[in-house]
Amino acid sequence: MSRSRAGWWFSAPALLLIAVFFLIPVLAALLLSFTDFDLYALADPANLRVVGLENYQVLLATPLFWKALGNTAVFVVLGVPLSLLASLAAALLVDSRLTRFKGLFRAALFAPVVTTLVAVALIWRYLLHTRYGLLNYLLMHLALPAIDWLGDPHWSMPAIVLLAVWKNFGYNMIILIAALQAIPEDLYEAARLEGAGSWARLRHITLPLLTPTLALVGILTVSGYFQLFAEPYVMTQGGPVQSTVSVLYFMFDQGFTWWKLGFASSVAFVMFALILLVTTFQLRLTRRVGQT
Amino acid sequence: MAELIRAAGISGASRAPQASCAALTALTACTALLGGCGHPGPQIETVRFWAMGREAEKVVQLLPDFERLHPQIHIEVQQLAWTAAHEKLLTAIAGDATPDICQLGNTWIPELVALHAIQPLQTWVTASQVVARDDYFPGVWQTNILDNVLYGVPWYVDTRLLYYRSDLLRAAGFDAPAQTWDEWRRQLQAIKHLVGPEHYAVLLPLNEFEPLQVMAYEQPEPMLREGNRYGNFRSASFRRALGFYHDLFAQSLAPPKTNTQISNVWNELGNGYFAFYISGPWNIAEFKRRLPPAQQGSWMTAPMPGPDGPGVSSVGGASLAIFNRSQHKSSAWALIEYLAQPAVQRRFYELTGDLPTRRSSWLVGAIATDPYTRAFRAQLERLRAFPQVPEWEQIMQAMSVMSERVVHGDQTVDQAVIALDAEVDAMLAKRRWMLDRQAKLSATHPAELPPGLPAKAATMP
Repeated sequence: MSRSRAGWWFSAPALLLIAVFFLIPVLAALLLSFTDFDLYALADPANLRVVGLENYQVLLATPLFWKALGNTAVFVVLGVPLSLLASLAAALLVDSRLTRFKGLFRAALFAPVVTTLVAVALIWRYLLHTRYGLLNYLLMHLALPAIDWLGDPHWSMPAIVLLAVWKNFGYNMIILIAALQAIPEDLYEAARLEGAGSWARLRHITLPLLTPTLALVGILTVSGYFQLFAEPYVMTQGGPVQSTVSVLYFMFDQGFTWWKLGFASSVAFVMFALILLVTTFQLRLTRRVGQT
Repeated sequence: MAELIRAAGISGASRAPQASCAALTALTACTALLGGCGHPGPQIETVRFWAMGREAEKVVQLLPDFERLHPQIHIEVQQLAWTAAHEKLLTAIAGDATPDICQLGNTWIPELVALHAIQPLQTWVTASQVVARDDYFPGVWQTNILDNVLYGVPWYVDTRLLYYRSDLLRAAGFDAPAQTWDEWRRQLQAIKHLVGPEHYAVLLPLNEFEPLQVMAYEQPEPMLREGNRYGNFRSASFRRALGFYHDLFAQSLAPPKTNTQISNVWNELGNGYFAFYISGPWNIAEFKRRLPPAQQGSWMTAPMPGPDGPGVSSVGGASLAIFNRSQHKSSAWALIEYLAQPAVQRRFYELTGDLPTRRSSWLVGAIATDPYTRAFRAQLERLRAFPQVPEWEQIMQAMSVMSERVVHGDQTVDQAVIALDAEVDAMLAKRRWMLDRQAKLSATHPAELPPGLPAKAATMP
């Protein structure tokens, strides 16, 4: 038996599983996106019409889709850098030699990641409450006007960003801590002997050596944040005035609330293309940065 | 194998349904295990009953009496969460795994009829000694009829009306809640004047479509036109309703907030953050439980005011329906009949607070003496059924988003109703296509029934 044949045999179980549970459903969904499969078609296949690219045309002409795309973009643009900065800052602090009780801090900062979102959302709804919320209490002490976090369409997305960043930064923090620990100590010692301050050491040793990890974490975070769904689902149900409807939320509503599965599939494929585009661009960018 | 063990376990408890018993006799390996299979002993039929939330929890307390009356029937209740029930039902229909009988929110009936999932019931009702059509509130009975075919029996009914602070209303100089819109607005203005800028007169949560829906029902023209083929939101009627609704926000009588922002509506009514609230019967128990004893004398319920006199309101609640694929239809019907008895409806009311759907259920007992249900009894005679299209809930959601835009000042009333009509017309496009095809088909082949629309033939088991 040739080596390559053996290789195929070993990977066959995994490939079979991927084919059955991933490739076939994805292909089926692609076909579905060219039909108007809905409740009526579920009742009787005679009500199914093949509509070609009409779903995509309608989608691109739906104002709510563009609004959802805009909302998602705002969430990604605000959320990803904030989330990365928070993760990096937390990782540097926890990894610092001056920090005591490292295990405790690591666990505490990681805790939000493993807490149920629904419970978290309940607490955050109180934190963000216009009249009784802690956040507005602090703002008032700073002599700033109270913010109607979940009621004002301009503030609802920032509120969701705050929640999402707080909920998710711990995950990236753990990855970054691992990467920080992989940086050899003698590099820092040599730099210290040369008279480099802590800022210079961070800029010229830590950050360059963290770049590959940061790039990976960045790509994961971007593709994760594009799939924003649960936070608005439990916090605002897409409101106020649809200001927190994300693309995925829009897809869920179309597919599972109104059962327009054909249309919802077309949303899924547009979403897929978008994420692919953005992450490919990111990958190119990090490669170029790595080369220079 | 798991299937076999389960079946064996059930039959061990002498509850083996006929079908699985017959299937198992074929398996010789099992016949030794199932000694009772060939015996002529009592055949117990298991009826699977899906119910939602609190109703599922409480209805099990009524079932022992039913099973005593019908020893050959065993009811197996499965509890679904309201939030997941709709998806679960559609999945069950797609996967051929429907129960025998189900509690259905009555806005879901058109959808399940379009899916050919539920059974016409008229023949049973005609033959029944218990289910008396004339005893039911007509508005709720109507929600179960599609194209003159009856698909469900109303189990309990919800409607929306006013909860209000009687002490605040009195302090504002009024003895009784208003019956007309003008008078209501005057009361709200007086209360607003009394409570100041930080408080409001009425709560109309922006993410709930029900208050605006009720106001639209108060008007003569319907919200859909031409046999529910197109939106009719640009009609003068709907504009009047939206104008009245919008005005309550424009005058700061209502806070422009969603119900997720008001963490606790019960306490807020107690605090006087607002004095009127439009809600359903489930809140009677909540207000009794959550407001402190000192405040218990200061809240009451009242029927909806209309433009020129007592108003109508929307119909909610749930019906009981039998699935087409059920093998136990007559047993399922026996359960429907049992739950429809006025005495059983009263017991169910005492367990859940769900309002009975028959006039005779309201004559005696706790429900007849509770002061808070009195307004509901009056309102139940004035109900307006929704247009029976599967898209209705989606249309109402779109209406709610539109009204939120108007309240936030993003769109004028005129722009909003025209945009909403366009959106609703797009939602109903498939329905129009199907109706047109049906019309064409029946013109050429009158005998043939087109697929996808309610089959009219009633089939008895």
